[in-house]
Amino acid sequence: MNTQHSPEEKLWEYIDGISSPDEKTMIEQLLQNDAVWKAKYQELMEINQLLQSSDLEAPSMRFTKNVMEEITKLHIAPATKSYINNKIIWGLGIFFIIMIVGFLIYGFGQVDWTVQNDTTITDKLGKIDYSKFFNNTLVNVFMMINVVLGLFLLDNYLSNKRKQYRKEM
Amino acid sequence: MSTGLNDNEIISKVLNGDHEAYAGLVNRYQNYVFTLTLRMIKSREDAEEVAQDIFIKAYRSLSSFRGDSKFSTWLYTIVNTTAITFLRKKKLDIHSLDNEKVFEVADSQDSGLRANLVEQKSKVSMVNNAIALLNPDDAQIITLFYKAEQTLEEIAQVLGLETNTAKVRLHRARTRLKEKMETHFAEEVRDLN
Repeated sequence: MNTQHSPEEKLWEYIDGISSPDEKTMIEQLLQNDAVWKAKYQELMEINQLLQSSDLEAPSMRFTKNVMEEITKLHIAPATKSYINNKIIWGLGIFFIIMIVGFLIYGFGQVDWTVQNDTTITDKLGKIDYSKFFNNTLVNVFMMINVVLGLFLLDNYLSNKRKQYRKEM
Repeated sequence: MSTGLNDNEIISKVLNGDHEAYAGLVNRYQNYVFTLTLRMIKSREDAEEVAQDIFIKAYRSLSSFRGDSKFSTWLYTIVNTTAITFLRKKKLDIHSLDNEKVFEVADSQDSGLRANLVEQKSKVSMVNNAIALLNPDDAQIITLFYKAEQTLEEIAQVLGLETNTAKVRLHRARTRLKEKMETHFAEEVRDLN
């Protein structure tokens, strides 16, 4: 880009107040001593003042009303933290962690670590007996139903919260 | 109403569920947004529709306004993108600043406007009419600088340019405006001197 500024460009920068201190001093001297620069400056100042005094256009009287009517149908995309209860998230997390840790303790507790003749650790883990907890189909079905119901209730709770949030908006 | 509140306070209210508070921002900026849009799009009817769309877009994404810049700067960025999208959809030309044909096209635009020139003698009307004859890019940058109270840095942010490029564009836009005034409003310009 051409860095050589024309006199007009220098004058605009001076009028806009973005000239460097050196240029400002130089232009002020020119405006005092040079009739051409002075005439140009006055011409540009006139345009500048006209531009500053130019009118803003106004939209129709119903503008704000129209916007607000449209807005009532909309919602700001809310931050997820505003409609998800952290206590539930923590509760679910703690529940699953306790379950996993419990099963691990129970499982590792069954393994006889002193016996050396088993070849691999996977063999030892494969011998863990969970039949105490999951011993028949009926229990498995019962647990599955509970999980589905739990998810259904959780979904219900979250939808109610969301509806409540929207109503508040 | 939220007339006494500053922009950020109104935004907080809106984000906390008081959506009626948004009317305060619409009232405050509607003339700025409408003027900018009108000067880019040229048609009053289309500009009103696009300006409404701009405020609706701004409302929907209000939670993404982080307050790093002024709300007006953020809003004018939406004005810029929405108006450009509209112009592209309408297949109107968005001329580059270096395209000399812009003058010819601007001359052919809004011939009804020039028909009223005899009646519109005031200096302010002359400037508004001259701006209306500019291409959208020039009209936009002049409006952002003079009417929307944006600094060159903020204009650069709105238009996605370097500050120096914005400065050069503003200078060229003013030069073209001056030429328009001298060409189409010679009598009024003579009265100025």
